[in-house]
Amino acid sequence: MISCSGKSVLKGIAIGKVYLFKKQEYVLKQEKISDAEAEISRFEEAKKKAVVQLDALYEKALKEAGEEQAMIFDVHKMMIEDQDYLDSIRNMIKEESVNAEYAVHVTGENFAAVFASMDDEYMKARSADVLDISKRIVNNLAGIVDGGIDSEEPVILLADDLSPSETVAIDKSKILAFVTKNGSANSHTAILARSMNIPSLVKTDVELKDEYTGMTGIVNGIDGTFYLDPDEATLEDMKNRKEAWEKERAALQELIGKDNVTTDGRRINVYANIGSVEDVEKVLKNDAGGIGLFRSEFIYLGRDTYPTEEEQFEIYKEVVSRMGGKKVIIRTLDIGADKQADYFGIPKEENPAMGFRAIRICLSRVDVFKTQLRAIYRASAFGTVSIMFPMIISVSEIRRIKEIVEEVKTELASEEKEFGNVELGIMVETPAAVMISEELAKEVEFFSIGTNDLTQYTLAIDRQNQSLDNIYDSHHPAVLRMIQMTIENGHKGGAWVGICGELGSDTTLTKTFIDMGIDELSVSPTYVLGLRKTIREI
Amino acid sequence: MKQFTYTIQDEVGIHARPAGLLVKKAGEFASTVTMEANGKKGDAKKIMSIMMMGVKKGHEVTITIEGPDEDAAAEALEAFMKENL
Repeated sequence: MISCSGKSVLKGIAIGKVYLFKKQEYVLKQEKISDAEAEISRFEEAKKKAVVQLDALYEKALKEAGEEQAMIFDVHKMMIEDQDYLDSIRNMIKEESVNAEYAVHVTGENFAAVFASMDDEYMKARSADVLDISKRIVNNLAGIVDGGIDSEEPVILLADDLSPSETVAIDKSKILAFVTKNGSANSHTAILARSMNIPSLVKTDVELKDEYTGMTGIVNGIDGTFYLDPDEATLEDMKNRKEAWEKERAALQELIGKDNVTTDGRRINVYANIGSVEDVEKVLKNDAGGIGLFRSEFIYLGRDTYPTEEEQFEIYKEVVSRMGGKKVIIRTLDIGADKQADYFGIPKEENPAMGFRAIRICLSRVDVFKTQLRAIYRASAFGTVSIMFPMIISVSEIRRIKEIVEEVKTELASEEKEFGNVELGIMVETPAAVMISEELAKEVEFFSIGTNDLTQYTLAIDRQNQSLDNIYDSHHPAVLRMIQMTIENGHKGGAWVGICGELGSDTTLTKTFIDMGIDELSVSPTYVLGLRKTIREI
Repeated sequence: MKQFTYTIQDEVGIHARPAGLLVKKAGEFASTVTMEANGKKGDAKKIMSIMMMGVKKGHEVTITIEGPDEDAAAEALEAFMKENL
């Protein structure tokens, strides 16, 4: 038995035959040819075939992954048709009397080298595309078929890493799990594994040997272990764990429709955090009581201009309508710090976590803020909407926000646009907000504690700094007392209090939070039922 | 001969996708279309030569068109640049 460890990208256990996925390597040879015309027409055939393949890949990717992902194959096709690229290949065959495989390979390397030397990360990465198209033509010339798993039964696919063309080309009905030697949590393989919902490991310390194909393997995505040729005891143990895991998952499904109530009758709300419209489906599937944090930043990120009121309105409206009257708490723009969009034109800061971010940007660029508020208020006509404001440190900020909110409501009313009754709240994520939480509570209807930032600011530990991981303690008594103080003061001032940070899903603290009097916990949709289970056992 | 200059507004510059669209557009005409930017010169009907220029936001590109349908080509390409880049 061989056991290896890797980084799990999806929990679960898979047991089956291992299949080593090999990039079918063609060993390049330089050969002298006598008939250049015949060699060029061999090349033309292989090129034509590549175009047909790329068309098929484009169509497949379009269906499976959307236009964004598919576009790359269209670009590949244009690269293959590039006149300079083609001329270089044809000239080499003609003038140097070399075989087509060699001419394509060398031309590809030359073009790739030019891209690789460019002073632009994006263009540098394009050298991989040139190599990919050249390899495709060479494979066609050499008669190598790409993709394809030569097995009747589904397998645990072992690979170095998979390229975008490979992840698309592969027959997905034949895969139980992925194990890759390289790749990362954001690699194409990991993304595919998550979308297929199968256990997978990346960065696994495994060797890629031919003899592994056909061996029994076990992927344990719970602790990140991969076993090859397991002994009886391990196999038995893993079969039991697989069964237990599946039972646990099924048991959680039975909690759908049940209350979040402790054995002594304390009831709390369990909501879900989302970052996009697509997440709503997971929220509904996992039976969350509402959306406790809708991160609106994603609407602003990954684009070149500010989103318009209409664009935002459509997004909020869709989320609110699909939640069918259940509460949706939208957090206004929390950009800055680790989330940047160039078009905001925010100058580089020495210390962005303590810099120009979130509500600070909104209150100095009121037009941007108002556009978002108008969109949210208009969406509130379609369900139950709350708004919360991030990074608050003073009462005066809330008063200013409320003035702007009033202006927005007056404008909408005068334009005869409908809106509902919207609850206003704040994120409590700075020690300042905690210290004055009693005063803040009188101004708003709820608090949502952002434990990630609150921990970082309380402990003065940058959470991106890996060398501080060993002292970053989210259970630090200072953090827990901050939370307790917020809950007590919130209640004194008449505000309900929830937690939407990562600590909310830490089930070792659930009892502590309930004892403190927490009203709501908002967690990632997949944790909702697990949290419900914990609550019902308290 | 027709010529015009245009300053790139697109945040990421002429990356793969717009380069492809530009090549397609230039390919619709019989005239030769040359692009000049960053002190480099290239054929606008060839995707790799365009991408290799590494044109980014704020760069000025000069497009020169020469041939039988140069008037129509200049008009179409200028409109294309304004809309996409």
